[in-house]
Amino acid sequence: MNLQQDLAPTTGDEVIENYTINFGPQHPAAHGVLRLVMELDGEIVERLDPHIGLLHRGTEKLIEYKTYLQALPYFDRLDYASPLAMEHSYVLAIEKLLNLDVPLRAQYLRVLFAEMTRISNHLLNIAHHALDVGAMTPGLWLYEAREDCMGFFERASGARMHTAWFRPGGVHQDVPLKLLTDIGEWLDDRLPRLFEDAMKLVVDNRIFKQRNVDIAIVSREDSIKWGFSGPMIRAAGIPWDIRKSQPYDVYAKMDFDIPVGTRGDCYDRFMVRVEEVRQSIRIMKQCLQQMPEGPVCSDDRKIVPPKRAEMKQSMEALIHHFKLYTEGFKVPAGSVYVATESPKGEFGVYLVSDGTNKPYRCKIRPTAFSHLQAMDFMSRGHMLADTTAILGALDIVFGECDR
Amino acid sequence: MTHPAPHIEKPKGTVAAIKKLLGKDLVGVDEDNGELALHVKRDSLVGVLTQLRDECEYQQLMEIAGVDWPDRDPRFEVVYFLLSLTKNHRIRVHVTTNEDVAVPSVTGIWPVAGWLEREVFDMYGVLFSGNEDLRRILTDYGFTGHPQRKDFPLTGYVELRYSEEEKRVKYEPVQLAQDFRSFDFLSPWEGADYVLPGDEKVIKSNEPPRGTPPQVNDPKTTEKPSQTGAGAAANAEAKKRTVRKPKAVKE
Repeated sequence: MNLQQDLAPTTGDEVIENYTINFGPQHPAAHGVLRLVMELDGEIVERLDPHIGLLHRGTEKLIEYKTYLQALPYFDRLDYASPLAMEHSYVLAIEKLLNLDVPLRAQYLRVLFAEMTRISNHLLNIAHHALDVGAMTPGLWLYEAREDCMGFFERASGARMHTAWFRPGGVHQDVPLKLLTDIGEWLDDRLPRLFEDAMKLVVDNRIFKQRNVDIAIVSREDSIKWGFSGPMIRAAGIPWDIRKSQPYDVYAKMDFDIPVGTRGDCYDRFMVRVEEVRQSIRIMKQCLQQMPEGPVCSDDRKIVPPKRAEMKQSMEALIHHFKLYTEGFKVPAGSVYVATESPKGEFGVYLVSDGTNKPYRCKIRPTAFSHLQAMDFMSRGHMLADTTAILGALDIVFGECDR
Repeated sequence: MTHPAPHIEKPKGTVAAIKKLLGKDLVGVDEDNGELALHVKRDSLVGVLTQLRDECEYQQLMEIAGVDWPDRDPRFEVVYFLLSLTKNHRIRVHVTTNEDVAVPSVTGIWPVAGWLEREVFDMYGVLFSGNEDLRRILTDYGFTGHPQRKDFPLTGYVELRYSEEEKRVKYEPVQLAQDFRSFDFLSPWEGADYVLPGDEKVIKSNEPPRGTPPQVNDPKTTEKPSQTGAGAAANAEAKKRTVRKPKAVKE
């Protein structure tokens, strides 16, 4: 007995110091390649230093060496959980520089698929957030609905994830009517059933609440100071949504509500996303009801390549096709900053053109940068196990954070 | 305005109010593409942004971007993107700097600037005085150079591989199996202002570059049929065809 007491760490004048642990870069709860250097006092987080950049691929540099159209697929690879939302900002920035008109059907299609992207992104985040705090079943159930979204993307564009479907001037190809009716049926029946079923398991679950309520409370002032956007700023109680306040495409015609949180904790962030899925379903239904017939791409042949059938008949079309896929189109000199409401927050593109066929500078404003930076003050004073809940509620994807 | 990009109304009197507020600190204003961009003096940046935040209600700093213009002096442009949640408006604030001159840090106004300034430092080598944590952020530990500068090659200088002999990952000078080729695909008739490969053999140094029209002191004009140079036979033929002659314009 004596021996054991002598070895106990609190005996004598020994002082226990804080110790530092390394979390990641390969860790299932890190949502990618994130390295957290944590200073712990027992189990309490004293300081947290995220090291990012492990997935830095130099996207912005590469874009400077590509034509405007060639640069588009890089955007799918930023936030690979919501690829179409990434393309959305970029094509809108080009259209703003060109002052290019987009047919109404294309705008509806973009909104329809941007909202489907939001649903698929939130399903992934909700599933992983629940998984991070120990709930496994909702994740498995929600993946079923997410798989449906992937199927719809594939039917529209030919690719499940890296679609490159939004193009400057509209969308690449029209969708068949059967796809729209299938989406309508899915929205009416299958998605709400799967989603609400899975939500029944978590939203009122006692363990889930114990792990999330009152964890990492962020006040309104802090959320503004730290540059929050999207569900993060809404959870803090500020009803700010770019789709409502600065509407793009046909969002001005859509009727939807913006959920806001009351306490600004992890549970609020989770619930804001849950409600956003329901609102996205509303928007998609309105899109399907209102969508007109017509062209899906601008008919400006100096920007948008002609259809293949047209090329078989017309010499002009052949020349345009050749020129657009070699030289590309030129964009007038100038600079614009276009930010859209991606599922994770404000995703902006600052595009500087020098009048040639390549962007002079393309600065991408990732949503994750400001949110991850705030993780230090959000985690302070919380337990080590809470960092996974906090990280899950931030909704980080490293393709976008590191670029 | 026909493009479908986010619709932002400029609140009335914004420009006048900002001009009055900033006074001499404001170097220039431009409103291209419906976006308000302010060019301000570098030294007064912190004061300007504090005023914009507190008095003009631009509460949020969304992003800081660097732009490299190697032909300009000073070379770098640092752009701050501000958002007003109450007025629903965005502005950009531009300052210029070069490799040696530090930009005052705005971490005191917005803590979010910490990482954003670190990124500009990492990518461009722009220094921020007052940022206490100016480490690299996106590039690897021990990286040298600033990759977003226009004179930094796209391929970089080093490449990484796992060495089976040394049982570790090591850096080596980059070796390209094929030379890096950058095509700009610009049409030589419009836009391209460089000498195409091979042209240096025919163009003498004192000649104007390709594409510029020849300089003529007294341009040749054709006012009378006798000046056409077509010859007497053609002139006589032209006189005969009175029917197809265009109407004479009264002077």
